[in-house]
Amino acid sequence: MTDTTDEIETDESAEIEEPAPPPGVPITVNGEVFYAAPGRNLIDACEDAGVYVPRFCYHPRMTPVGMCRMCLIEVDTGRGPALTPSCMLTVSDGMVVETETEAVKKAQDGVLELLLINHPLDCPVCDKGGECPLQDQTMSYGPGESRFVEEKRHFEKPIPISDTVYLDRERCILCDRCTRFAAEVAGDPLIHFMGRGNQTEVNTFPDDPFSSYFSGNTVQICPVGALTAKPYRFKARPWDLSEVASTYPNAMGDRITIQSSRNEVLRYLGVDSDAVNWGWLTDRDRFSFEATMSEQRLTAPLMRGDGLGNVDDGGDELVATTWAVALQRLVTALEDADNNAGPESVAVLGGAQLTNEGQYAWARFAKGVIGTDSIDAQMGDGLPADIVASMPRTTISQACAKGGTIVLLSGDPKEELGSLYLRLRHAVVHDGATLIELTPNETGLTKHAAHSVRVRPGEVASVAAALVTGTGGDELAAASAAITGADSVSVICGRTSLADNASLTVDAINTFASLDTVRFLPALRRSNVHGAIDLGLTPGMLPGRTSLDAARAAFTAAWGSVPAKAGRDTAGILADAAAGKIAVLFLLGADPLADFPDPELAKAALDGAGLVISIDPFVNESAAYGADIVMPAAAFGEVDGSHTNLEGRITPLRQKVTPPGTARPDWMIAAELAMRLGKDMGFASVADITNEIAAVSPMHANADAAAIDAASDGVLVSGGPAWTDQGAPTPAPAYDRYSFRLVVDRTMYDGGTQTTMCPSIAELSKPGAVRISSTEASKLGVRDGAIVRISSQRASVEGPVVIDDRVASGIAAVAHNHVGLDIRSLIDMNELVTDVRIETV
Amino acid sequence: MPFEKVVTRRFDNLEAHKIDTYVATGGYASLRKALDTTPEAVHNEVKAASVLGRGGAGFPAGVKWGFCPPGVWPRYLVVNGDESEPGTYKDRQLLERDPHQVIEGCLLACYAVGLTQCFLYIRGEMAHAQERVAAALNEAYEAGYVGKNILGTDFSVDIVLHWGAGAYIVGEETALIESLEGNRGMPRLKPPFFPAAVGLYGQPTIVNNVETLANLPWIVEHGAEAYTAMGAENSKGTRVFAVSGHVNNPGVFEVEFGTTTFRDIIEGSDYAGGVRDGKKLKAFIPGGASAPWFFEEHLDLPLEKTAVDQAGSMLGSGAIVVMDQDTDMVKACHNLVRFFARESCGKCTPCREGTTWLERILSRIIAGHGRPSDLSLLTEVCENISPGIAWPPKQTTICPLGPSAVSPIASSIERFRNEFEDYITLSDRRVIPVGAA
Repeated sequence: MTDTTDEIETDESAEIEEPAPPPGVPITVNGEVFYAAPGRNLIDACEDAGVYVPRFCYHPRMTPVGMCRMCLIEVDTGRGPALTPSCMLTVSDGMVVETETEAVKKAQDGVLELLLINHPLDCPVCDKGGECPLQDQTMSYGPGESRFVEEKRHFEKPIPISDTVYLDRERCILCDRCTRFAAEVAGDPLIHFMGRGNQTEVNTFPDDPFSSYFSGNTVQICPVGALTAKPYRFKARPWDLSEVASTYPNAMGDRITIQSSRNEVLRYLGVDSDAVNWGWLTDRDRFSFEATMSEQRLTAPLMRGDGLGNVDDGGDELVATTWAVALQRLVTALEDADNNAGPESVAVLGGAQLTNEGQYAWARFAKGVIGTDSIDAQMGDGLPADIVASMPRTTISQACAKGGTIVLLSGDPKEELGSLYLRLRHAVVHDGATLIELTPNETGLTKHAAHSVRVRPGEVASVAAALVTGTGGDELAAASAAITGADSVSVICGRTSLADNASLTVDAINTFASLDTVRFLPALRRSNVHGAIDLGLTPGMLPGRTSLDAARAAFTAAWGSVPAKAGRDTAGILADAAAGKIAVLFLLGADPLADFPDPELAKAALDGAGLVISIDPFVNESAAYGADIVMPAAAFGEVDGSHTNLEGRITPLRQKVTPPGTARPDWMIAAELAMRLGKDMGFASVADITNEIAAVSPMHANADAAAIDAASDGVLVSGGPAWTDQGAPTPAPAYDRYSFRLVVDRTMYDGGTQTTMCPSIAELSKPGAVRISSTEASKLGVRDGAIVRISSQRASVEGPVVIDDRVASGIAAVAHNHVGLDIRSLIDMNELVTDVRIETV
Repeated sequence: MPFEKVVTRRFDNLEAHKIDTYVATGGYASLRKALDTTPEAVHNEVKAASVLGRGGAGFPAGVKWGFCPPGVWPRYLVVNGDESEPGTYKDRQLLERDPHQVIEGCLLACYAVGLTQCFLYIRGEMAHAQERVAAALNEAYEAGYVGKNILGTDFSVDIVLHWGAGAYIVGEETALIESLEGNRGMPRLKPPFFPAAVGLYGQPTIVNNVETLANLPWIVEHGAEAYTAMGAENSKGTRVFAVSGHVNNPGVFEVEFGTTTFRDIIEGSDYAGGVRDGKKLKAFIPGGASAPWFFEEHLDLPLEKTAVDQAGSMLGSGAIVVMDQDTDMVKACHNLVRFFARESCGKCTPCREGTTWLERILSRIIAGHGRPSDLSLLTEVCENISPGIAWPPKQTTICPLGPSAVSPIASSIERFRNEFEDYITLSDRRVIPVGAA
């Protein structure tokens, strides 16, 4: 496409009068000539030409199979017209296509009659009724009545094929979409055709459910009501739903529509965005509307009080109050803090869950209004913000280009960033990309990796250096050649383990950055963390990926003032709070007790801080433990704004329902507080903030409210300081082979709010365990499920063993935030790595 | 006209399946002869012999071999031994009685086309054939005819024996390839039109029928000229037919291709010996269950591809099924349609739904619940599977299985419409007969 555009531009600049010939080759569709790219699928080319060919099995993101025969049309490629499935033909020069002849109509009518003979006409009670391709196409192309007088085929209905998906085999028309999705897209071939002829059915293997993280996509692409999702079954009829296009707030920025009825969100559907998620969603994200609609949502501000519900600073209970009382208490505390210890005694933790606008409002409130720079959206589990801001970026589509080279230097994308996993998997499996994996344990992509290198925690920088310089010996020679020989390399970088110091990953990134061919995709996973970094919700930085010092003048002009010196990051803020130096601590959707790698420090911080304010849709663990004020925040689906994904792509995020009770959007709370402090920020609407971002941040200049609304794939922003060499890497710590090196990784279904507040998927979260390989287990003499004691120099905990051969030898892996085993007390954040001993008890 | 038996020449020798007997009767001499010449020479000899594929479509084997894209390796030979068409049992006999002849044929094909590995796919139900071929392969490996450096030359080929799991559709070559790859046996979509371009594991693949390959040793031994001296203009050499049904002497007969007539093979005393019990012929299927039926007026047609094609049917898989005057044509038709409905793989809509619907209408008619509109309904459902119900058939389906179910309906309704009407009008539809489904 780019080439063609260039050609046309060249022609114009040369002032040639004749228009350039249209791109592609001529084809005749129903008597009219169109130009289409040779090789383009004919069914798509017809649609480009404005002629819709009915179809059931064809799906643009999957290999055509030509099974349903609905798209039969007459095509003449020089040997006379012949009935051909249009999804199986590609455009060739001079093709003559007829889609409305008698023969075509008869074939389509015939196929529909055949599809309907066994299809139960239970449309009035079918979830799909009203948005059903079979219903719609029967109305448009079908016979209108059936001549089938026999009894229809019967199956037990419906049967659960996974925890979230039900299958009604009577309704199934065997289009192979779900089974193809499972095998081709998700790589979880757990559903398949069984039986033959008219008794063919889709089913799982016995006792082996369709337990895919992506199973919900099959419900969305099913062309009939055969697959239904447990969270949506019988909840609504399509004609009662209204919808709005939005962006799911994960780090990928998956495009979705939010559908609701009577102010209740009932369904998220993936939207096919070329740039991002191709229409796919993980089940965790797809069904997370249950959390938004949870009855445990906060509906009014809470303050400490007595058992009778009276507000009382010394009380143990959280009791309901009004915004006016809560805000006044807070404003007084902020004024006192300013008067006593200065603005540095105020700190803000969190903010990654906010919209760009919420983040900007809070960054301005903290830095411009209060004057503190101690604000950090990351919870010590990400990468330093200046590193993320300055790494040369690539896009998902560039990283996943045909024949590209990808280095995976992050946690398992299948567990952390599901839709990125699907894009990477597609690139490697179907588009010939070369994947080089540098991870401690096997990931969901290992079996597709050209070079899967097991890197012991602590050694990633030395392995990266060996790869880049080609000094890794025979073992790394091939992987090294693949990296150094490629024209462009995309490095997916993030933390492989919370038990390692982030500096190790930074060293590895620094090594790769020495190659001109390398571009990065930061795989930080927490919702809008990339927006938080870009909009200055991080110490030492201001909106626009710029440092406090570099943009001091510009922001002093825009905001009135900025903090005099850089503040502290989350670990520093918590340490200060524990030392009694923080008078007011905001938890902006943050839950340090659950998420910060050092829970003892988090607890001490909550104890030591003066006033703790939690602004969150729920009362989280930290709020319950130590918040003095809890303010109910509006959740996703209840706020307007925009979102920044890991590429720097800004897409709109839209309000569909009203927040429960008196919950408010985060930006509004910041605006209100500023006003009450006598320093009005002048925000009356979300668009005001969006446009102010575009005005004050040069990298956001093309991302004003109108531009974000107009762009189909969002506005890609880029910029930030040039990469600076980070110096020599920290030497790898010595490895003692009597110990296990600890890896703390993440899973799709952890103990986070998004899982636990969704009844449909909460049970999918497995209890915590320490995973070791079968070899290590036999060395220790423990069986699967045995209880062991895991000890580091700092502490020891007990928990069950799970034998998992994806874990490398010498490594003990524990998933973060799972009920039953909290490993974090073993980690000393000042150490590079954590070594543990495992003993039977 | 006298002719020399080609593929059944050792059928009288009940020890022919053993390698000693095979070698003693000239076996593996063709392989030695071929290895002394170039692969091109062998390929040209086969092309000159114009051996028509014996699996059903009748495509010249030598021409098919030429479709392999040059320079693409590895390339494979797949032997289609999934003989499952009702009435067809010639390949089973060839595999059971003279397995080394088939193995030698495989080796010759591999040598001629430069095929690196051979997969011998044998139908799941043919246990005896599987045992015989397995034993023969072991003997051949031991004797150095198969494997590395065959007979001391640079030529190496492995032959892998694979047993089917019992599906008629796997006789369709692309479904067979899917099955070999470990997938569900369902036909692939066209294009690509020939597995020779993209076949097993995405590589160039030649799929040949058992009988086709069994011809090769004789051709290499005696030369293409001797082979083409037999047979008619468009059908050279000999051909094996399996005659079954209401005849006195059912069996497998090798005849000179193109000159022998249906009357010869059905009535001849050397062959099937006439309709049993002296009854009259009512109809016969000339080329397997998928073929449109023939009647007494077709008896003098030669067993020759072009003539049979022009008369509106096909020699297909070489199965002649004879029906005598007492045959209930509605039930005969139902029997065949039921087979196709049960064997439909379920991949494409018209075959999966259509064949079963046809079967259920026929069941209903036989059970006494037919309706006057059923005959036109049968025809119209057939039209949705095979538009125009013409011969050769057009199809809305992926593979020819769907249209195969149309053949018996079209043939029987056209010729014996009165029998269908009798079932519909003479039944007392107010009473459900005992035992009716």
